[in-house]
This record gives sequence, structure tokens and C-alpha cells, in this order.
Amino acid sequence: MDKIPILRMGRFLLVTIQVDLYDRLALTLEADLIQAVQKHNARGVLIDISAVSIVDSFMGRIIGNIASMSKILDAETVVVGMQPAVAITLIELGLPLKGVHTALDMEKGMDLLRSMMDTTDNDEDEDAIADDFITE
Amino acid sequence: MILSLSKDTVTVAQEQDVVFLKNRVKEVAVRIKMGLVNQTRLITAASELVRNMMRYANGGKCLIEVVSSGRNNGVRLTFSDSGPGIPDITAAMRDGFSTGKSLGLGLPGTKRLVNEFDIKSKVGEGTIVTIIKWANG
Amino acid sequence: MSLNTNQLLKKQKKTILELWMKNQLADEGLREDLISNDELRSQSEELIEALVGNLSSQNVNDLNSDEWSPVIEILGGIAITRARQGFSPRETGNFVFSLKEALLEVLKREITDPQELFKEVLKISRILDNLTVVTFETFIKGREEVILRQTDEIAEISTPVIRVWDGILALPIIGTLDSARTQIVMENLLQEIVDTGSSIAILDISGVPAVDSLVAQHLIKTVSATRLMGAECIISGIRPEIAQTVVHLGIDLSNIITKSTLASALAYAFRVMRLEVKKAAATTNTIR
Repeated sequence: MDKIPILRMGRFLLVTIQVDLYDRLALTLEADLIQAVQKHNARGVLIDISAVSIVDSFMGRIIGNIASMSKILDAETVVVGMQPAVAITLIELGLPLKGVHTALDMEKGMDLLRSMMDTTDNDEDEDAIADDFITE
Repeated sequence: MILSLSKDTVTVAQEQDVVFLKNRVKEVAVRIKMGLVNQTRLITAASELVRNMMRYANGGKCLIEVVSSGRNNGVRLTFSDSGPGIPDITAAMRDGFSTGKSLGLGLPGTKRLVNEFDIKSKVGEGTIVTIIKWANG
Repeated sequence: MSLNTNQLLKKQKKTILELWMKNQLADEGLREDLISNDELRSQSEELIEALVGNLSSQNVNDLNSDEWSPVIEILGGIAITRARQGFSPRETGNFVFSLKEALLEVLKREITDPQELFKEVLKISRILDNLTVVTFETFIKGREEVILRQTDEIAEISTPVIRVWDGILALPIIGTLDSARTQIVMENLLQEIVDTGSSIAILDISGVPAVDSLVAQHLIKTVSATRLMGAECIISGIRPEIAQTVVHLGIDLSNIITKSTLASALAYAFRVMRLEVKKAAATTNTIR
């Protein structure tokens, strides 16, 4: 079965969704991601959806769930790269994705996460940034 | 008056069919030169309705038509299932109403995405939802 | 239409054309500025040719029959061109009415039996009336096309997205904001945000005459969509009257950043982006 890879970058988790999610894949992602947040004690989750052309209410709910669940585990979620057509559709559908932070691209999303970290804590010492691939 | 220019039926029984259906709808929308945002609205609406069909009726059929009202071309989708039906359509069309475990945005949200929306349901017989999205509307 | 009349009209084609041309040229409303007499003549000739050629005894009552389609096509073509050229409906109508006069004149000359004449006149009238209706329909369609094209043009030119600073876009909206325009405004704005990577967009509504709850809804929608993309949207140019109506209508704009002028919106954007605009120190050597 397909799986969406979750990358770790320091204390952030990076997910790039390259395919149109079908329901089971989305549910697997939700579960995997929350596991990874806990396992790596992540402080931020970046989800890149720039390649996603359709987000319906189910997908929107999954994104909202990921944000709320991560929040409970003390990690902020930033969704980056949403297509204009997707944004318009989500608003008309009635899903403004409250509680989810958004940014234009990966870089700005990363900046946003860092600035949120700055305001919440200055004492924690970050290790050198290391990319690594998590396989479960 | 709305004329039907082409017809195609897709049967939806499992998750793979959903992807196939969305692709078919997209092809048709592209063929009549529907703009990207309207395409997205249409496919999202189709996605909502097909999900309802899977969840409440274990699948059904979708008729994909290219329709014309003279100057404007559009796509008409007719989703029909033989599921349990909806007892109270007025309630189902309200934001936030859901009998399943969802946000309850499905039907009213879908209605906002398309130009025409019609729902007929009989308890014990099934539900038919018809939507039309015009290429520029 | 009796066979006789058909043949009669076919034979009298020339006469009909001459009569018709005479009628048209005698009309005070003749628009020599829009169409030359030669052109008018060739249009008229083509139409008579098609009309007389397709006349048969069966098709008098049924304008949908295939035999009529060449006539309708020619007439439609003429009506559409006239609509685009700026002919008035009366002038276009007279084109067909004067043909009717000519046809009736010929019938009057050729048929002596009053009863027969009445029957044939009735039929010709019916056909020509139908054709007039078709002409008007097509004429109006032609006009509508002109209007639609202009609407599209207005929509296109009336929503310019301006890059006021690196990372800051401004979109001045002038005129009424209806749902069709909101679509265009929103799509243009969001696309431009992606293209330029701008994180702040200013929607200036100084040029919007009134804000009702529907317009407010459109604005809120645009702001929400912008936020979903990861950018912030500020609404500026809110006049006092608009602020009053918004509150009186009970519209909640508290989730939206609003500024009274574009300048203050820009100042806010600078602050968010941690940019500072300073007056240069007025030293003598900078001024020459």
C-alpha cells in the first residue's frame, strides 16, 4: 500500500503530498504523522499541498484533525502552498480550516514555525539540523 | 432549456472507482473549456457526493453529461443510489447537520459549489442528486 | 402556397428586388453611412434568391423545417452584422418589412381574383412575420454578444493587481462588487499572490459605491481564501458612510484587518514585514 513519506528536519516534520489523497491514504497519514510527532518530540509540522488539486471536506477534516492532535502534543501545524482554486473551493464549502496555520511556501512556513517557537520558548537548545528519513 | 450533448455512466462500488470518476469528470470539464477554479469546484462537489454515496448507500451510479443551455455549456452529474434514503432533506441541507460522523458540510457545501443542485430521496428506495456546473458561471 | 404563386414569385424575382430596393432607398431611415447601396442590393438579392427558391406549398407554417434554414441563416447573418454595425432595431426591422411590401405589391399586380389574392397575401404575411421575429431575435442576440464582450472587457480591465512593494500587493476595486466580479477579483488576487510570493494583499474599496451584506460576504470570502493560501489580506479605503452601514447591517468584520486609507494599510504592511520608512536626514550635501 502507498504511504506518504514523513521527513524530519530538526524538530520539524515535513510532509509533501504529491498525489491526490484518497481516503485510506489520508487516514494512514494522519495516524503516521501523529505517531511521528510523539516519537520525535516534534515542535512543528509542515504539510506541503502545492501539488494537491482537490481538497474536499473529508481531506479538510483530516488536515484539521492533524492540527488539533499535534496541538495537544504541543506541535504547531502549518499548511503550505495551497492552490488558489483549492482555497476558494474550501471557503465556499464552508471549511476555513480554523486552527491551522498557513504559509505561501515551505520557506515561509518554516519561518513562521520558527517565529512561533521564538515566542513560546527561548530556552530550549536546538541540535544541529539533521535530515533523516523515517521508515516505519 | 437544457440539452444533453453527451452521456457516460460510471458505476461506483469501491474506492478505486472514486478516483476513476473524478478523472472522468475532469476530462469532461476540460473538454468544454471550464476554467480551473470551476473545475476544482465541480470535482470537489463530485467528491463530496460520491463519498456520501459510498458511506450511506455502499455505492451507486453517476451519470456524466455535457449539457448546453444555448450560449453556455456545462457538466451535469446525476448521482443515484439505492441506499436507505434521506428522511428529512430540509435538515440534511442545513450546515452542520450530519447523521454520519462528518462535519455535515457535504450537501449544503456542495450546493454552494455548483450552479444547480437538486435532490430527491425516498426512504427505503434511494437518493438521486443532480448538479450542474456551467463552464463560466 | 399554391403552385401558381410559387412560380409567379419565382418569375417576378427581378421585379420584387427592384420594388424592394425602391422601398428601401425611399426610406428616410436609410443608413448610407453604415451600408453602401451596392452592398444593400447584394444582401437583398441573396435573401430574395433564398426565399423564393425555398418557397414550397408545404413549408408555409413551419419555420423550423429544413427548407427554411438557408433563409434563416442569411437573415440571421444580416441581422447580426447590423447589430454590430450599430443599426437601430427599427432600421433592421424595416429591412424585412419593406420586403413584405414588395412581395404584396407583386401579388396585387398579378392575382386578380380577390379571394385568391387574400389567401396568398395571408400566407406571405405569415412567412414574413415569422422571418421578422427571427430577425429581431438574432439582432438582439447580436447586441447581447456585444454587451457580453464588453462586460468581459470591463471585468478584465477593472481588476488590476498592483505590486506596491516587494511582497505587498494592492488591488483597487472600482465599481459595484457583485458575485461575478468577486470571482474575478479573488482569482486574480490569489494567482498573483502565488506568482509573486507576496504575503500581504491590500484590497482597496475606495471606489466601491456601497457595501451591503452581500458585498461584505464577498469581501470576507476573499480575505478567508487569501488566509488559507498563507497570506494576509487587508481591506482599506473604508469611508465613514460604509463603516456606518456595515455596523447598522450587523455585519461582523472584526476578523478582518481594516484600514481607512491605502496609506495606513501600507504602513501596517510595512510594520508586519518589519520594514521602516524614514525621512532622510536633511543635510546640505544631499541637495544639489
